[in-house]
Amino acid sequence: MFFFITTLILIIIGLYAIVTKTNLIRIIIGFAILEYAINFFFALVGFKKGALAPIITQVDGPKNFVDPIPQALVLTAIVIGLATTALMLSFAIKLYQKHKTFDITKIKELKG
Amino acid sequence: MSLIVRKIASIIGGFIFLYGIYIVLHGHLTPGGGFAGGVIIAGSFVLFVLAYGTDESGEKKRFFIASIFESIGALFFIGIAFFGLFLGSLFFLNFLPQGLPLKLLSAGTIPLSNIAISIKVGAGLFSIFLALAATKYFLEE
Amino acid sequence: MNLLPLFFALPLAGAFLIPILSKIWRGFSDLIANSITTILLFLSFYSLNLFEEGEVIIYKMGGWPPPLGITMVYDHLSALIVISIAIVVFAASIFSIRYLEHFTGRVKFYTLFMLITAGMMGVAITGDIFNLFVFVEIASISSYALVAFGIEKEELEAAFKYMVMGEIASLFLLFAIALLYGRASTLNMADLANTLSVAGRDQLFWFVAAILLFSFAIKSALFPFHSWLPDAHPSAPAPVSAILSGIFVKVLGVYALIRLSFNVFGLTPQNSPIFFHILIFLGLVSVFFGGIIASRQRDYKRLLAYSTIAQIGFIMVGIGIGNFWAIAGGLFHILAHAITKSLLFLTSGAVVYATGKRDLEELAGLGKTMGITAWSYRLATLSLSGLPPLVGFFPKLFIIIGACQAKLYWLAILLAILSVFTLAYLLKIIRKVYFTTKEVSTPETPFSMRLSMLFLVILMILFGFGFQGLLNSLIIPATKVLLNGTGYGRAILGG
Repeated sequence: MFFFITTLILIIIGLYAIVTKTNLIRIIIGFAILEYAINFFFALVGFKKGALAPIITQVDGPKNFVDPIPQALVLTAIVIGLATTALMLSFAIKLYQKHKTFDITKIKELKG
Repeated sequence: MSLIVRKIASIIGGFIFLYGIYIVLHGHLTPGGGFAGGVIIAGSFVLFVLAYGTDESGEKKRFFIASIFESIGALFFIGIAFFGLFLGSLFFLNFLPQGLPLKLLSAGTIPLSNIAISIKVGAGLFSIFLALAATKYFLEE
Repeated sequence: MNLLPLFFALPLAGAFLIPILSKIWRGFSDLIANSITTILLFLSFYSLNLFEEGEVIIYKMGGWPPPLGITMVYDHLSALIVISIAIVVFAASIFSIRYLEHFTGRVKFYTLFMLITAGMMGVAITGDIFNLFVFVEIASISSYALVAFGIEKEELEAAFKYMVMGEIASLFLLFAIALLYGRASTLNMADLANTLSVAGRDQLFWFVAAILLFSFAIKSALFPFHSWLPDAHPSAPAPVSAILSGIFVKVLGVYALIRLSFNVFGLTPQNSPIFFHILIFLGLVSVFFGGIIASRQRDYKRLLAYSTIAQIGFIMVGIGIGNFWAIAGGLFHILAHAITKSLLFLTSGAVVYATGKRDLEELAGLGKTMGITAWSYRLATLSLSGLPPLVGFFPKLFIIIGACQAKLYWLAILLAILSVFTLAYLLKIIRKVYFTTKEVSTPETPFSMRLSMLFLVILMILFGFGFQGLLNSLIIPATKVLLNGTGYGRAILGG
């Protein structure tokens, strides 16, 4: 239960950073926190107390593994997160190149 | 970077690369696989670039080669899937013999897919690094 | 059917072939992209002959049986979406050939173009909820990059804003999938439908439904969550705007929402009235404010983008009313709006190509010199605002019939008025850009651009006059798939 509450707190911290921060890099860090919190939650979903890591080392070994599917899915989600973070950082760099600032309150070309 | 860093990097870099290949080849038996191994392989290249530095032309050349390898890796992966479609009329069919469990040569197409993914991920991550590192050229202007 | 994986595998293979082969000869990028979109168009229409109404084609990836492996599911609802995607993508890729003269990086453009196609096709035919998330992300990430394709100040800002909104939606989709997996221990949508209908509805069920509604409301730009769309869609190159506005928001937002809510969660207006009332409310507010704000715009593409918000609202109202004709109207409007809105954005691309301007106050008198563009725009305007023989008339008629059947007469009258209002803001562009008598000497657009616009105009007229056939072969079977509810799960897994 402690870990689930931790993920909830992390999700709230990530959303808080995305919504309130004005620095582009801090917004991206907020996204990283939110993403890892959700990945952590997903990995916890497959957790079983006292079970082993799902690695088969012998043909007739022990069978009480934790659920391996969430771990595989989290790995996929991490790969996607890598792509989004890289793309966001490149947008931030390009915006810095054009505006010479990371402050989003000073980057206002559009009306919304 | 200093001489010590360069010397150490030139000794360690090869071992990191080999370790990445080990992770890739044992991907169907132990934790790891194409993505993790690819990241380690990319890490060895990143280490060399960090230790020895690079200039704009060298970076362009590396970026060109990395982008070609990235496409080749992805095409290799899709090619394996299409082979399943042609040989067994099912996309991603495991058409190779499965072998004995827990042996290196087993699990049919999965090791091949791991190799394809590692090429794609290694080249892709290295080109992301190059693209982000290239910003120093225009930020100094 | 062995051809099912080709829908996403062909564009995916094209995306990685283009960067290699174009190093040999630059023309390969145009050639590969256009031939793949042509093949997709033929495949999508050909696939209709392969199965009967009420049938489902199930494709097991790698030969793994459904609850374990990833399955691809192809029914008439998927077929409707796939056909819409194929039409828009075909027109946009032909249009891109000459339009890209203004841009550098043709190879990167086509790579992203193929990836966005693969992602949308995958969303439309997948039967696995995590696979849905992966395809949503493939399509979304390539759309962020395409919005920023011009790498000027406005494009980058719009792309960053779009990416912040879109990524929050994607991460909440992942969160909902994690909760669903924890609840049902399965990822297959058919298996999920069976498990959820047995398990009953507790608070977690509604919590997941609410998160999914929030996530897809952002993706489909319903009114309170719309703020990224009017910046992002005009910033992209015109063919990409046509894809984003024409089909992208509908596949990632509307289709994913209705597939999950009807077929997986088994929601119907009878057993969950609040959910459907929220849909009607969001849709109606979108129609209203989208229309109001659109009429105050002075940028060609921004006006069209706000109009997209309004038209998505019409689809949502149709889905939200939830009886047979309203849903049929909503689904028909997905196809009709895909054709007309992508045509409208392509005309904006032709105008930008010829004059380099998007501001309505600076543009004038293009009606004479750019004849085909002007007539395409006029016909699309008439279609979207619902002139009878054109395709845009029927969906709105069906939605209004549905509203009357549900005894919501005030809604029917309101929708009829708002539908006429569509004409008001779209006529503004005709009046400013095409109608004035000022003499200008802009050249007519190149042949390939005119070809892609003519293709869409012909489809608009053809589907309008042949709506009976379209209705019987595609729309009504697709509506029955949705109304079948969780029968979707039994149809796939059997028993």
